[in-house]
Amino acid sequence: MASSLIIGQYVPADSVVHRLDPRTKIMMIFTFVIIVFFANNAPSYLWLTVFSLGAATLTKIKPRFLLKGLKPVWFLIVFTFLLHLFVTREGDVLTTLLGFPVYTGALIQGFQISLRFFLLILVTSLLTLTTTPIEITDAIETLLHPLKKIKFPVHELALMMSISLRFIPTLMQETEKISKAQASRGVDFKTGPLKERIQAVVPLLVPLFVSAFKRAEELAMAMEARGYRGGEGRTRLRELAIVSRDYIAFCLFFIVIAGLFVLRG
Amino acid sequence: MTTEQVIFNNVSFRYAEDQPWVLKNVNFSIKQDEWVAILGHNGSGKSTIAKLMNGLLFPDEGEIYVHGIKVTPDTVWDVREKVGMVFQNPDNQFVGTTVRDDVAFGLENRGIDRNIMIKRIEESLLSVRMTDYLLHEPHRLSGGQKQRVAIAGVLAIQPNLIILDEATAMLDPRGRKEIMTTVNDLRRETKVNLVSITHDLNEITGADRVIVMNDGEVWLETVPRELFKQETALRQIGLDVPFTAKLANRLQTDFEFSQQPLTQKELLDQLWTFHSNK
Ligand SMILES: Nc1ncnc2c1ncn2[C@@H]1O[C@H](COP(=O)(O)OP(=O)(O)O)[C@@H](O)[C@H]1O
Ligand SMILES: [Mg+2]
Repeated sequence: MASSLIIGQYVPADSVVHRLDPRTKIMMIFTFVIIVFFANNAPSYLWLTVFSLGAATLTKIKPRFLLKGLKPVWFLIVFTFLLHLFVTREGDVLTTLLGFPVYTGALIQGFQISLRFFLLILVTSLLTLTTTPIEITDAIETLLHPLKKIKFPVHELALMMSISLRFIPTLMQETEKISKAQASRGVDFKTGPLKERIQAVVPLLVPLFVSAFKRAEELAMAMEARGYRGGEGRTRLRELAIVSRDYIAFCLFFIVIAGLFVLRG
Repeated sequence: MTTEQVIFNNVSFRYAEDQPWVLKNVNFSIKQDEWVAILGHNGSGKSTIAKLMNGLLFPDEGEIYVHGIKVTPDTVWDVREKVGMVFQNPDNQFVGTTVRDDVAFGLENRGIDRNIMIKRIEESLLSVRMTDYLLHEPHRLSGGQKQRVAIAGVLAIQPNLIILDEATAMLDPRGRKEIMTTVNDLRRETKVNLVSITHDLNEITGADRVIVMNDGEVWLETVPRELFKQETALRQIGLDVPFTAKLANRLQTDFEFSQQPLTQKELLDQLWTFHSNK
């Protein structure tokens, strides 16, 4: 359980998308999130759908994993569709459903909005599926680097993220240990009314917080002892490099954008 | 000054004005290439000494010199270049998300070139025999393995002085053995000053000298062999000698040891040669 947590949603595979520089992926996905809203007719939506499914195929990740990532949002996608179906009143009445008139415009719009939603979730989840959290952290640190000029603590933020990543499994293990220890003393987390279950969490949280603070203090001391004195003058072991593969990806992506603007009505 | 790596000169320390003195007038020095064990019961001030040695704390009275540099807030970074420290809790000193990143941490802090970094990481993981775990995350390592990574992190910065502050205290017997083997190997292979802090007399047998602390004062400075004779006095300050030493001390009444045996092997050798000598 803990091992699936540290890597988050990451699914290891040997694909071009995995090997792309995380910055390339972040920038492309960020742009995609914007351009999705420019699609306004069937060809443009089809174009983006082809791109998204193409990118998903390139990751070599089994569709099963891809769909797992979409699971929590299926409901929203369907809900959005239904909402538009019943609320929008444009075009001709197609039929009546449960006593409500369904318009053609509603069908089209509901479908478009849901598709847009689906594409957004699919493409953004490709980032976390193909990039380790630490790569994302590194990418954020370099991408936000210019903000240093306005005194934004970029390095500190990245360090915070990577330390959190490192300690999540440790704290999970600890939570498990404490909850077992408390359960063996008769604390019941699983049954009973909600109020009692919430109260049962207190003896879990208190020791967890105490230990987390102790860890923080010791870690800070260890980091200082190991010569940590802020981001100034540090070198890095993990290096990001934009290579030809990234340039090619950018070119292809540019064609996708250009195509979209040609196709949209 | 040239051969003295660490000097504590009348050092007194307390954590706050209104708190009792944790160290009282502590004097000692550590010579080049020496392995010194600092021994004492819980709360006797051992960790405080360790933290004073690399400027995590500063003395209220007296001076500390490390490798010829007086430890002050202005010189801490120079001092920390030369001092590597391994703490007690294996988890709370592991900074990186993988073994490789963690060993790199100290090197990155010192702005060391990436190519040199990669070489040093390789070398130091080799000397603690953790090369196979390069990309492992900390939660997939045992306590002993994490401590070995911590030692690798210290070795990578090539310090003059390595302090192990109860590095084995939170480990199981197997992890303890792993660390003691690693430390003994290091001692043989590299010439580095070693300060090992412990309350376990089993871990001082390899040391050149022992400094015994009691309630913030240096109680005794001696060699391990001599210390093992002081079973009763040690018990009074809350320390227990190893079984071998106890047995030897019992036998002492009607058995003449040529010297106090340090290890089980030494004890056995003396026992079986005793009969043939007669
Ligand atoms: N951060 C602190 N603040 C106040 N008192 C402390 C602190 N750390 C340690 N002490 C006290 O200083 C004394 C020596 O502690 P320490 O050097 O950690 O001993 P040891 O490592 O030998 O167990 C103890 O009495 C302890 O309670
Ligand atoms: Mg201590």
